[in-house]
Amino acid sequence: MYTCTGCALLCEDIEVIVENNRIKETRNTCRHGAARMKGCMNRLVPSIAQKPADIESSIRKAAELLRNAKSPMLFGLDNSTCEAQAKGIQLARKMNAIIDDTSSFCQGLLIEKILREKLRTCSLDDIRNRADVLVYWGSDAQDSQPRHLSRFSYFPRGESRQRGYEEDRLAIAIDVRESNTAKICKGHFYRIPPKGDREFILALIEALSGKPPAYDTKNMLGLASILKKAEFGAIFVGIGLTYSIKNDFEILTALADMLPRFNIMPMVGHYNMRGFNEALFKETGFANRVQFEGNAVQDNKYSIIEALKTKSIDAIVIVGSDPVLSLPRSIIPHLASIPVICVNPCQTFTSRISTVNIPCAASGVESAGSAVRMDGKVIGLKKIIENNYMTDEDIIKRLMEAV
Amino acid sequence: MAFAVSLLGRKKKVVECTPLLEENFKKQKEKLETILLPSAGAEETGLIVHTELCTGCGNCVVACPVDVANDPHGAGMGCAPTNDRVIFKVVDGKVLASNIKECRRFGKSKVLCYACIDPCPTGAIEFV
Repeated sequence: MYTCTGCALLCEDIEVIVENNRIKETRNTCRHGAARMKGCMNRLVPSIAQKPADIESSIRKAAELLRNAKSPMLFGLDNSTCEAQAKGIQLARKMNAIIDDTSSFCQGLLIEKILREKLRTCSLDDIRNRADVLVYWGSDAQDSQPRHLSRFSYFPRGESRQRGYEEDRLAIAIDVRESNTAKICKGHFYRIPPKGDREFILALIEALSGKPPAYDTKNMLGLASILKKAEFGAIFVGIGLTYSIKNDFEILTALADMLPRFNIMPMVGHYNMRGFNEALFKETGFANRVQFEGNAVQDNKYSIIEALKTKSIDAIVIVGSDPVLSLPRSIIPHLASIPVICVNPCQTFTSRISTVNIPCAASGVESAGSAVRMDGKVIGLKKIIENNYMTDEDIIKRLMEAV
Repeated sequence: MAFAVSLLGRKKKVVECTPLLEENFKKQKEKLETILLPSAGAEETGLIVHTELCTGCGNCVVACPVDVANDPHGAGMGCAPTNDRVIFKVVDGKVLASNIKECRRFGKSKVLCYACIDPCPTGAIEFV
């Protein structure tokens, strides 16, 4: 059995058939996981200034660029093993660099609250065994983490939920559109207008305290009644909710306080984003957006978006991430104007604008290690196929020696 | 009428109706074949998996009552099937149906079970 690194569920029940040192067939993976495990169509090749080079000179050039940088940044590591992340944090510390990952525009705020124990949480195994009311809020788990409902939350039989979804569980979706998850929740889908989460939470808090809510009174009282009766509930907070209330996160804490039998679960996308947040939190007390200069400091200006917007960085190492694909187009020109060192198994939009490209092994397929599941459980990753690609951990180690 | 019922039950084929092979009924034959085309790839229970729509989420694997009964500690708990007695399996991110004789829609005491269709939001599973 192998572990899938397609998303932060880290499904550990994967079987593979290997032929000619390539994965020919995967079993029990979703389509997303199957694509990830079978590898990329276009493998990244080592290059300097978009001209082919050998890996040694690529690493030397990357180290030279970092040595000459006054304000470097290390970004990504969400698709790397915990071991590579630890080395990445060490590299950022050694360079007095800024370090950030995709969680600064994803679930970082929520994960930091959970790590600071401001929000109650539980494991996915607890949810499978005990949960009776599941709320998917601003999250389309069915499409983003395809095995979430079948493996952990809604469909499986658990220790205290022997009759599964048919009688023992109730799924509720709160979203701006009828997503595939909402289709499964059928009669318990609450459609809200974009940015309407705050109003919905306030109305729900009113309904839970026994006051008639000003917003959608009938539905809100019905929902409050379901939530109050829950024996063990889970709120799966998706990026939709996090984006909507990011400036007023306290209202989610207030709602969680009103629901003592509910736990909050961040719906993480990248397979080891939570691992990065936990490692950095352990090291610095912050989950992301950190500048190392003497003491580690967290500030919004150290997020990748702000750093590129204010043009405050002059070189960047991007490990296992594709910011050109995921960031707003308006800030990409600055990224393209500074030295970019891209460490990735596959060609990406970012590798097309990179000064130095260093290919690495795909973690969980071509290299082993460990990763942290979306609920904080550490899962081991096994090596499936052998090849000569260096791991991202080794590449970071080499950069650290050379810087 | 009896032939039509047999045709719908996939016990007979369109070509077995000899008058339809005549030139006069060519249009009717073509129309019948078009109507019956969706059931061409169906299993004996009428099950069709549209692999192009399947995301491999495995909801059907876990929701199928036969899979739960035959593999309570594997498929029933949301994990990978631990034996070959299950009906649904996910291969390369797409669901495959096997052991179709175990399906509750099969045999003399068949029931109209919808357990695998209901949890599929993409409509990848269909009975014809």
